Amino acid sequence: MSALNGNGNGHRRVRGYSAWSLLRHGLAHSPWPRAWHDHELRGSYDAVIIGGGVHGLATAYYLARDHGMRNIAVLERAYIGSGGSGRNTAILRSNYLTPEGVRFYDRSIKLYEHLAADLNYNVMFSQRGHLTLAHNDASLRTMRWRTEVNKLQGVDSEVIDADRVKELVPHLDTSDETRYPVLGALYHPPGGIVRHDAVVWGYARAADAHGVHIHQQTEVTGIDVSHGRVTGVRTNRGRIATPVVLNATAGWSSLVSHMAGVEMPVQTFPLQAAVTEPVRPFLDTVVVSGTLHVYVSQTDRGELVFGASVDPFASYSVRGSLEFTEGIAGHVLELMPALARMRLLRQWAGLCDMTPDYSPIMGPTPVEGFYVDVGWGTYGFKAGPVSGEAMAACLAEGKPPEIISAFGLDRFLEGRLVGEKGAAAVGH
Amino acid sequence: MMLLPCPWCGPRNATEFRFGGAAGSRPDPATTTPEQWRRYLYFHTNPRGWQTESWYHAAGCRRFLTVERNTLTHEVRSAHDAREDAR
Repeated sequence: MSALNGNGNGHRRVRGYSAWSLLRHGLAHSPWPRAWHDHELRGSYDAVIIGGGVHGLATAYYLARDHGMRNIAVLERAYIGSGGSGRNTAILRSNYLTPEGVRFYDRSIKLYEHLAADLNYNVMFSQRGHLTLAHNDASLRTMRWRTEVNKLQGVDSEVIDADRVKELVPHLDTSDETRYPVLGALYHPPGGIVRHDAVVWGYARAADAHGVHIHQQTEVTGIDVSHGRVTGVRTNRGRIATPVVLNATAGWSSLVSHMAGVEMPVQTFPLQAAVTEPVRPFLDTVVVSGTLHVYVSQTDRGELVFGASVDPFASYSVRGSLEFTEGIAGHVLELMPALARMRLLRQWAGLCDMTPDYSPIMGPTPVEGFYVDVGWGTYGFKAGPVSGEAMAACLAEGKPPEIISAFGLDRFLEGRLVGEKGAAAVGH
Repeated sequence: MMLLPCPWCGPRNATEFRFGGAAGSRPDPATTTPEQWRRYLYFHTNPRGWQTESWYHAAGCRRFLTVERNTLTHEVRSAHDAREDAR
């Protein structure tokens, strides 16, 4: 375990990458060691995590680092980060509407702020500020409500007027000549963007250094349940005996839970996004319009990333559609007419498992030993670190920690919905 | 683009329709328990493949139809008047 050393507070940090190692490898042209390794599939593990995205890998990492578990497998059907973790628009924020939601996402932002040092992996978190535009009085009213909830939870959030918005984003059309004039915005300075692949790779490397087995190209074909308890997982590479299974998938959360006989209050919808050719930097905030169903940010490479709300009907297809391209182009030009000559490079889609209350489903299920961290809709990536931390505690102790206690599967049949309308899928 | 064969208007672009989720009969609110009602409201089979769904032709004849659609390939097998299911 030479890649690990103490940091004084009981946690061990992953070490290996530094300015010195970069210089040494650069001068010597020596190959970098692999960031994570392939392993033979063992016949049994203490815990099996299904889904090699940011949620699954973060859970494995915190289980190994904070709870002393070593014999953990992460099973990924394709390659790590191939699902929602590599398809989102990489926006981080915590200015949600419900106190449960704000507390939860704020913890995630705090973990993201220290993630690069913690994982010894540059995740390129840029806290450039996040603007949610208000185009009508109803939006402004909801934003005032949101900003008060945010402030009560200690989150930096304020409502600003159109002139201030224009100062922050000079290219935005804030005139009153438009179909949807900008009346103001909810301004959230700690929000920003992060390199989403780096988050996945950083967690994978750190989990691997703590002894976690990451199995790519390993598809789960069944989950064995005996007398109401999980006993194992069947895969295309053989059977694994295990007392603990976590479903940390997106787009597959119903299908994997059904293997264990657990019903899910989930419907799967695609969400499409697109990226333009790179241009010089001109946009240093994230701009979101709920009314126009669009969010825009500029990456470090200069590309503009556009995202929308989910497609209008349920689907497991990740094909792009012309309706999306037409719609997003119109809405972006409504906000920033100067972008009329920009060209789109590519578009893609990811699968969002939508729940009735726009909040996730985290914790135990009626099947003992079978846990879920699913239903992440359009907000899963920004919650990766805190979900990993909370689910690791849940798996290690067998019961959900306080921070996720509102997100249990039992809330639906008991009628305790969370109602997180600060989620991106809702247009206000 | 996905075409839905409306029984009244013929094949039309899916953008003219509003998606209504998986088709099914509503339990009687007078006799169900709160738990049964919530199960009906919130839980879905969410299949990756063929599903029988309700659609509403909002920008057309404004009638409800029941459609058999594949959620992975978007292939449509059949569509009929939703009132036939209510009988």
